[in-house]
Amino acid sequence: MSSDAETKAEAARTRSAWLLSTPALIVLVFAASGPLLIVLTYSFLTPGQYGNVIWDFDLNGWIGILFTKDIFDGTWGLADAHLSIFWRSIKLSLMTTAITFAVGFPTAWFIATRPPTQRALWLFLITIPFWTNLLIRTVAINEVIRNEGLLNTFLIWLGVIAEPIRIIYTDTAVLIGMAYVYLPLMVLPLYAAIDRFDMRLLEAGYDLYASRLRVLRRVILPIVKPGIVAGSILVFVPSLGAYVTPRVLGGGKNMMIGNFIELQFGQGRNWPLGAALSMTLLVVVMVALLVYVRAANKGGTPHG
Amino acid sequence: MPETPIAVEARNAVKTFGQGAVAVKALDNVSVKIRQGEFFTLLGPSGCGKTTLLRLIAGFETPTSGQILLGGADITHLPPNKRPVNTVFQSYALFPHLSVAQNIAFGLEMQDRPRAEIKETVARMLALVQLEPMADRKTSQLSGGQQQRVALARALAPAPKVLLLDEPLSALDLKLRKEMQIELKRLQVETGITFVFVTHDQEEALTMSDRIAVMSAGHIQQVGPPREIYTRPANRFVASFIGETNFLSAQSDGARVVLGNGAAFSVAAPKGPVGLAIRPEQVRVVAATEAGAMPATVDSTVYFGTDTHLHLTLSDGTIIVARQQSPASGGVDAQKGAQVGVVLAQDALQVLGD
Repeated sequence: MSSDAETKAEAARTRSAWLLSTPALIVLVFAASGPLLIVLTYSFLTPGQYGNVIWDFDLNGWIGILFTKDIFDGTWGLADAHLSIFWRSIKLSLMTTAITFAVGFPTAWFIATRPPTQRALWLFLITIPFWTNLLIRTVAINEVIRNEGLLNTFLIWLGVIAEPIRIIYTDTAVLIGMAYVYLPLMVLPLYAAIDRFDMRLLEAGYDLYASRLRVLRRVILPIVKPGIVAGSILVFVPSLGAYVTPRVLGGGKNMMIGNFIELQFGQGRNWPLGAALSMTLLVVVMVALLVYVRAANKGGTPHG
Repeated sequence: MPETPIAVEARNAVKTFGQGAVAVKALDNVSVKIRQGEFFTLLGPSGCGKTTLLRLIAGFETPTSGQILLGGADITHLPPNKRPVNTVFQSYALFPHLSVAQNIAFGLEMQDRPRAEIKETVARMLALVQLEPMADRKTSQLSGGQQQRVALARALAPAPKVLLLDEPLSALDLKLRKEMQIELKRLQVETGITFVFVTHDQEEALTMSDRIAVMSAGHIQQVGPPREIYTRPANRFVASFIGETNFLSAQSDGARVVLGNGAAFSVAAPKGPVGLAIRPEQVRVVAATEAGAMPATVDSTVYFGTDTHLHLTLSDGTIIVARQQSPASGGVDAQKGAQVGVVLAQDALQVLGD
């Protein structure tokens, strides 16, 4: 009898659990899985004349990621242009992550070591750029680094250089822009990790014959590693798919994957290729994350 | 007896925190010599400067003026990582990302000792603190007492010239604290390393130390072996901080002191009014009729088991506490309001400085 009542109660609990998760499930189906399935389907279709798709099964979208058909003799060859875009995307994203870490770590350390009453103010200052639209911030960076921009004008006025340094529409410009845009995403998780760090461990390290550099490498970095991992992911992932920054600061030539995908859906009129590229980007990011998190969680510390 | 070499010395050490009007003098011209191989305790209430002195020796603070010497060499401006001195921190400050064995190996690795030597020393240290089965555990998986032993092993592993201990037992419960007191003393004897131990617990200081420095308000009040500190306190502060004491005021003519009730004792003291101290266990309660006894009235009795404290009023109104064995153990059975006699042992009377 009692077990019967328990079974009923259990069933009721299960029902209400499902009911409560309905909104989340709806969002997952319509906003995540649904669009992904559409993209996946499109990647196996044939491109139409006017930027549409024809419902014929075709693997050319996927083949087109790495290979390209010669327009004269129709033979397939390796698509160098695509490879260089992939390489640039990965390189710039890694460099962005490294730069934001190099700048973000001292920043986060500085904030975490302020008196508690001042920390909120510093964190607030860090997040101020988020209040402005990404495009406007990027155009502002353009204004600073272009040939007649603030930076060059100032350097020429100082007499350091005679001719403006050409930064705009180079990879350097894209790097500067992305590092600026994604810096807060590195600082905030680093701050959270450093804030939890027990500063008394520094004295323990010094007391046990560690130099400042060794305290940093052997005590601080391993302990705040979760913050470094989180910050790196938050910076690397959006960097890899960045669209606005390389578009505005890199010009038309210095494309990253995001721009390349957009090109396929626009002027390129090759939706299947764009869809296949999108899926590839998704898989690359997921694999990279898995490898990174796995490596970062591995126990033990480097010796030396 | 040959002079024992000095391990650590503070010479006229002054440490001021803050500037101008808010400046606090944590240490005011402190000089002390700590002998090699001794268990030396810095004892005092919080804020007396004992931890500051320890941090000056460790190198975490630089004295405002004065010198710190280690084995005769001036180390005043040497950073902590260059001093052959290790610290056991109050909070233990164990590295949470390292195992027990890795924690113990840390100092040796930072000194770039050969791998085989590190392995051997870590094994020896684990045995010394009886933590061999825990070698690969994370420190967060250990109990407070075990963490304490890891902190000890980590600080002892590089074989420092001096081991500094900053109230290491204060976080432990009473039973564990007693065990660790014995353990610490054993480690000190076994390793022969000079221990400088900071505590505010007078009992801890008395039971463990070879010598004690009693500190107050940035000054060292008295340095000496536990017995001397207890029986011959140099001043009122030391007498009141260590154990319980009766303070009596008296008049001295140079050779004799006379209490308020007229009782006289042959105790040498500077002429004029003097302060005397006597421990409660040196106050003997006898029958009111006994010859030479001072008359007193029992105000209250406080029962402590084997001991009973009698709060007494002398004929001039002076209040004095006597500790005696409880009646069942052979003490006088005195009731509240009873008239009794009080005898003060003359050689237990201590003349106090300021």
